[in-house]
Amino acid sequence: MHLTIDEVRHVAQLARLGLTDEELALYAEQLSAILDYADLLQQVDTSHVAPTPYVLPLQNVMREDTAASSLDNAAALGNAPDQADGFFRVRAVFEE
Amino acid sequence: MSKALHELTIHEALTGMRQGDFSAVDLTQALLERIALLDGQVKAYLTVTAELALEQAAQADARRAAGGEAPLLGVPLAIKDVLCTAGVRTTCGSRILENFVPPYTASAVQRLADAGMVMLGKTNTDEFAMGSSTENSGYFTTHNPWDLDRVPGGSSGGSGAAVAAQEALAALGTDTGGSVRLPASYCGIVGLKPSYGRVSRYGLVAYGSSLDQVGVLAKDVRDSALVLSAMAGHDAYDSTSMPAPVPDFTAALTGDVRGLRIGLPDEYFIAGVQPDVEAAVRRAIDVLGEMGAEIVRVSLPNTDKALPVYYLVATAEASANLSRFDGVRYGYSAGADSIQENYRQSRGQGFGAEVKRRIMLGTYALSAGYYDAYYLKAQQVRTLIKQDFEAAFEKVDVIACPVAPTTAFRIGEKADNPLEMYLSDVFTITLNLAGMCGISVPCGFDGAGLPIGLQLMGPHLGEEVVLRTAHAYEQATHWHTQWAQPAVTEV
Repeated sequence: MHLTIDEVRHVAQLARLGLTDEELALYAEQLSAILDYADLLQQVDTSHVAPTPYVLPLQNVMREDTAASSLDNAAALGNAPDQADGFFRVRAVFEE
Repeated sequence: MSKALHELTIHEALTGMRQGDFSAVDLTQALLERIALLDGQVKAYLTVTAELALEQAAQADARRAAGGEAPLLGVPLAIKDVLCTAGVRTTCGSRILENFVPPYTASAVQRLADAGMVMLGKTNTDEFAMGSSTENSGYFTTHNPWDLDRVPGGSSGGSGAAVAAQEALAALGTDTGGSVRLPASYCGIVGLKPSYGRVSRYGLVAYGSSLDQVGVLAKDVRDSALVLSAMAGHDAYDSTSMPAPVPDFTAALTGDVRGLRIGLPDEYFIAGVQPDVEAAVRRAIDVLGEMGAEIVRVSLPNTDKALPVYYLVATAEASANLSRFDGVRYGYSAGADSIQENYRQSRGQGFGAEVKRRIMLGTYALSAGYYDAYYLKAQQVRTLIKQDFEAAFEKVDVIACPVAPTTAFRIGEKADNPLEMYLSDVFTITLNLAGMCGISVPCGFDGAGLPIGLQLMGPHLGEEVVLRTAHAYEQATHWHTQWAQPAVTEV
């Protein structure tokens, strides 16, 4: 199969990755080659095989609901690119 | 004493410090001098925390002088830079985290600190642990101490090179598809990947959450067991850590493999394996047979499907995990005018080529219309791969095979061909998909003098039998006593 530039652009938009035209062209080629290789899996009959998303026998892991201290505000904001009044500051989500 | 301080194993160093032959400060200074001498060429470290290390060493000496003891008291170790260290920059080898200083410490690192470790610094890695050579680091490529023109393997290549160049007594790495075992093999040291769930992942910056595991790169098997004993076990901060008892893993090192059944999987001795590698691994298995182990042929029929399964599952998980880098809470922000444009620019500029490639692949595999064909299909074949191992471990205690098809390749040799690079992991990724444990132990050199690793695989929570087999083999051979002699050129 061969991914088109438009398909690659669509995936980049889903992933919120700003890619240059050169990158779009390169990834179209490289991802196509990797997906061709992955087609090997289509030969395997998995009609009665359950998927394994996770290897451990653990499910619904719970802990006691007890109060404990957590990061204080200054530590939580310590790496923020932009902050104001103890909050992360972001650009407006809705245009005016 | 015949050995210089930087040449000691952890267990030798502990004996020396407990006897009062030298202090933790002496040992730490010797390693910092070694780093100063060699790391300009090896480039194992992204950050050296010299001042902090000497402070921790002085504290260790004071604790020992006051009658205190701890399993790693005063032992200088290096930490792969994907594990968070409070107050010490943690980059994940990525420009997007160039200035990131974590507010908390990973549980695995904290447990070593509680056991008395002295932290020398943070080691280089392929960006977000995605790679097999450290060439995907956003900073620089680490060089193999056995041949500085070659890669150390990856992604924990900084940790592998630091131990092989004797710039740390041991180091933590992480293994999602072979990233501890491959650099151990390429660098001629011991690399232990514990079972999924054995060591807490809290504070390990996630790549493929169902595959990632913290491991140890060390000079010998006993050191690996010591470090694993100190950091393994359930952690309330990681719901995927196993609530299983943690034995003293050094107690498993009996030197005896009589009666052990060792499986030889046909699918790991195939065309494309470098002849020197196959010969060395087969000789190693003969040695184990001569020591009284029973060698049994086994089959892992879905081995050839593991690579595509891995590159769909790991990238799908990565695409979700790396969505946290949004230019808002931490990390690089491009400062664009709209929030959507800022996501795109911050991520587009902050991530390197391989990370973007894997996010793209994973996003595609999860996207509408392709989920069933790629992601779900990969998870189903993952079940078959896991069942292959479960069936094999009904018949044998340990499986023996090569770590990688070749010895260390030249820097730049595979940089332009992602698929060829991915093939370096063809013999290691299967264990991660199955969640089981394994080790790379030195078993010889190729014609060019480059180290070869023997891989020993064990079932889930089977670290004791893996360590026991590796230790018995190591003690019966002399490979672990040979060290790289990187040439020092005056700057």
